[in-house]
Amino acid sequence: MGEKRFMKGNEAIAEAAVRGGCRFFAGYPITPQNEIPEYLSWRLPEVGGAYVQGESEVASINMVYGASAMGTRAMTSSSGPGISLKAEGISYLAAAMLPALIVNISRGGPGLGSIQPAQSDYLQATKALGHGGFHAMVFAPNSAQEAVDLVYNAWDYAERDRNPVLVLMDGCLGNIMEEVELPPMKELSDEDIPEWSLSRRNGRDYQGNITPIYTEPILEGINMMSGEMYKAWEEDDVKVEEFLMDDAEYVVVAYGIASRVSKEAILRLREEGFKVGMIRPITLFPFPKKNLHDLDYDRVKAIIDVEMTIPAQMRDDIALQVMERAPIYEYGRSGGMLLDDDGVYEALKEIVTGGNDNG
Amino acid sequence: MAEYHRSDMLAAAPSGYCPGCLHSLATRLISDVITELGQQDNSLNVISVGCSALNLLYWSGDNLSVAHGRAPAAATGVKRTNPERLVFAYQGDGDLAAIGLAEIMSAANRGENFTVIFANNQTYGMTGGQMAPTTLIGQKTTTTVYGRDPATTGYPLKMCELISQLPAPAYVARFALNSPKGVREARAGIKKAFELQLAGKGFTFVELLTNCPTNWHLSPLDTLEYMNTNTMQYFVPGVYKDITAKEAQA
Amino acid sequence: MVVINDSLCKNCGYCVKFCPKHILEMGKTRNKRGHFYPVMTDTDKCITCAICAMMCPEGAIDVSEEKEG
Repeated sequence: MGEKRFMKGNEAIAEAAVRGGCRFFAGYPITPQNEIPEYLSWRLPEVGGAYVQGESEVASINMVYGASAMGTRAMTSSSGPGISLKAEGISYLAAAMLPALIVNISRGGPGLGSIQPAQSDYLQATKALGHGGFHAMVFAPNSAQEAVDLVYNAWDYAERDRNPVLVLMDGCLGNIMEEVELPPMKELSDEDIPEWSLSRRNGRDYQGNITPIYTEPILEGINMMSGEMYKAWEEDDVKVEEFLMDDAEYVVVAYGIASRVSKEAILRLREEGFKVGMIRPITLFPFPKKNLHDLDYDRVKAIIDVEMTIPAQMRDDIALQVMERAPIYEYGRSGGMLLDDDGVYEALKEIVTGGNDNG
Repeated sequence: MAEYHRSDMLAAAPSGYCPGCLHSLATRLISDVITELGQQDNSLNVISVGCSALNLLYWSGDNLSVAHGRAPAAATGVKRTNPERLVFAYQGDGDLAAIGLAEIMSAANRGENFTVIFANNQTYGMTGGQMAPTTLIGQKTTTTVYGRDPATTGYPLKMCELISQLPAPAYVARFALNSPKGVREARAGIKKAFELQLAGKGFTFVELLTNCPTNWHLSPLDTLEYMNTNTMQYFVPGVYKDITAKEAQA
Repeated sequence: MVVINDSLCKNCGYCVKFCPKHILEMGKTRNKRGHFYPVMTDTDKCITCAICAMMCPEGAIDVSEEKEG
């Protein structure tokens, strides 16, 4: 049994990262993620790691780039405006094939937006983390415990793929306190330092080059390799939860905080006899295409995209799989206005009773 | 009587630099010092963007190539996790004094224990000779075709003067590579910076005044004279900060 | 002894300019990259000061104290 603690989501992420082997963090203050750097500022030195408060998000992600190049498990965290600034460095991480964990505790946008929670960065996370046409695996936990589990193992994916991993979680989940069970510390030695890194602690005795710049035709080959990797993710790495889907006629699609609020509304509607279920993507990229594509559309009467942002951002990904076999509705709140049980319940009720023609 | 043998840290081929470019001389000097210090396998070159990136194919130590201006940030990540390494960032003036101004000043201010070697040739060489933050007043470039006008473009940034004002740096010095005397002093300065780093004394900064025959539209030999009469009048060579000088006095 | 690795030379002329004994000059033949490269006109006058090597951007000049032969 792991160790149980009552923690804020942000703190749970920080502790899980340390236990998952993180030994370097660089970041810049921004609400609502500040508990992550605050926690790591004292926690990392305890385990022989390094914490740096960067002069900007731009500098911070490049510090992570440097640490990662040495084979150190490195991370940064921020919120939407800061992730935009990190876009340069994330693109360079992908180009130089460097693993890293990037956490986005998202808030309302666009622009400076709001410091209140929102799910307004889905498109940025899944489609456009930076220039040049690349993807990172995107995890979207809906509880502190799930965040712990995903963060703890994030470097398994990042190092396997030599590619950054993004954890996208909104400010609600970052700040509510929940009981979490913490896994044991991963004890990594110099022998675990990847061979491709610029470290010499693993005994490497030949020259190493790590670069985000390639000459043709090498770059095209790198792009092709990335394309193959993204395809493999769809086969091997999709994480998804199906909730009451066996007989569902109305399918809610929601991730993160929206999935938790939706669950309450779905249970109320079930008590009233409405066959509502939910598909919850845990990986937003790779997106759980098959779960949506392979639904029995003779039974499914409607898809409802519930997100804490307006307009819904996941809708196009859903529509590509539904292929007009069912109407797609959307419901959301945004700009710091939170989804609540009653709001989601009433919106779903209107749809399942045929009162909504906003398909 | 003296000897000189080319370090095997350089590829056994000509550099990618233009004829007479002092980037290649600077690279050669660094390789000489690292070899003398026996740090070939321990050194790590953080390579910036610009002509300095040509070293990626020329430099046979460990190389980390990074985004434009971010070398001091990346070097921070390298050195904080691997303090035993001899880490140096090699940056040009556009990279260091324009897009990377926040990164260089902040790394210097934190006293990061690595060395930044700053090649200052007053132009963006790689992109074709645009105005740099260090371009001299009146100097013609592809974006200041009538000469740099301070009324709209400000004044050339003096990085040694700025950085030497900070409390943290251990060594800040500027040398000109256009004469045997300057080259000899630069070599000694680079060696001193590396030795201070290896002793854990903190941030060291060596500015090397270099040239750009191609974009200055001068022959290599004429660039050396231009440096005497123009560059070095504004960017005055010298040691701007040296914590060991204080120790020697005390 | 001064050995000029002509294959590295780019004909910048720095070695010729700074030789204190004025015994280096640009030769009349080109290397395979098309650059003229320096030749030493009077090896007996060389004091192996290595200034030529120190000023060579490419490290194309090797200087050792041993005598030629």
